[in-house]
Amino acid sequence: MNAPTKKLKVATTSLAGCFGCHMSFLDIDERLFTLLDYIEFDRSPLTDIKHCSPDCDIGIIEGGLCNAENVHVLREFRKNCKVLIAIGACAINGGLPAQRNHLPLTTILEEVYHTSPGLANGMIPNDPELPLPLDKVHPIHEVVKIDYFIPGCPPSGDAIWKVLTDLLAGREPELGHGLMHYD
Amino acid sequence: MSQTFIIDGKTVPFEEGQTIIQAATKAGVFIPHLCYHPDFKPHGSCKLCTVKVNGRQTASCTMRAMAGMVVESDTEEINAERRALTQMLFVEGNHFCPSCEQSGNCQLQATAYHLGMMSPHYDHFFPNRPVDASHPEVLLDFNRCILCSLCVRASRDVDGKNVFALSGRGITTHLIVNAKSGQLADTNFTLDDKAAHVCPVGVILRKRKGFAVPIGERTYDKQPISGTVDAVTEGH
Repeated sequence: MNAPTKKLKVATTSLAGCFGCHMSFLDIDERLFTLLDYIEFDRSPLTDIKHCSPDCDIGIIEGGLCNAENVHVLREFRKNCKVLIAIGACAINGGLPAQRNHLPLTTILEEVYHTSPGLANGMIPNDPELPLPLDKVHPIHEVVKIDYFIPGCPPSGDAIWKVLTDLLAGREPELGHGLMHYD
Repeated sequence: MSQTFIIDGKTVPFEEGQTIIQAATKAGVFIPHLCYHPDFKPHGSCKLCTVKVNGRQTASCTMRAMAGMVVESDTEEINAERRALTQMLFVEGNHFCPSCEQSGNCQLQATAYHLGMMSPHYDHFFPNRPVDASHPEVLLDFNRCILCSLCVRASRDVDGKNVFALSGRGITTHLIVNAKSGQLADTNFTLDDKAAHVCPVGVILRKRKGFAVPIGERTYDKQPISGTVDAVTEGH
């Protein structure tokens, strides 16, 4: 690959995720330097830029949707990025946070803040600054169109590298045996 | 002299009475499948083994091989349909691979890898399916059941116990335990049963052994499910 004249703008975020996928992204190690010949980071925990530029090329989303703010952020990414990539189990099927989905939200909040052993005068947080939790945790493709998916918990640095380099080279991303993992 | 048919351009011999998948497996041709198991009568329900025979779709686990038939299996069209079926199985249950003891040994997961399933595509059902931990040696996690009926067939036909059954119809079909209480502990099920060892996913799990082999060193971590045409038995 020859270095392009204009670098692609890449934005990343973690919604209802654990930042494990971002950590795995950093596991591409020194290949980050090669990557930076082709891309520049826009909104991302790595830059601390708070909002997407309107002309982002690639948005990488970790985590599913567990509260209203997650949905706002996801929509901002969809609006401003040409290509959206769901990274990791939580973005793809809700993952660990979605394992609350068979329980009513009220029951969960009651147990966590009121009835758990050892709680005294517990109260369910109601500060207006806190985003409201969703009734169920949803994978992101249920709310906006997602163009590519990198499964894994987390996907390995090699899997992330493969998808990104495939995309940069104009190929359809493909993960063969060994890189394709749901666990 | 044995008779032959053609699958994906390859000439495959068969014996009278063999199904397409039996003859193909013997000849080293892998056809994706979940409810088929060489030790049991075919169920023909998962439809993953669908092939085109002389241009018409049919389940290769129930269709007998016939001389001169032309079978298409590993084509983009059929694999796309298999992928869609697999995606439906994923969204109908609760398949959270990272927290599943069977991850890496799971035929549903390995089949999804084989078919290049990058996402579940459909909206998730997130059904409520409580687990049955009543039995001292075996845990039943119904969240992962794909209704292949292998445990039903094994318990009925091999163990002679009828411990499991599929109940309900259509989308409400579910696996049940044949006991008044509905609990596995109230049956004569034991770890020695064939039914304890045929689940292609992570429903019937031996307790206290879940992570004896670490994630990353399991059956389908080492080789893709297509790498062994005898994958059904090698997965356990």
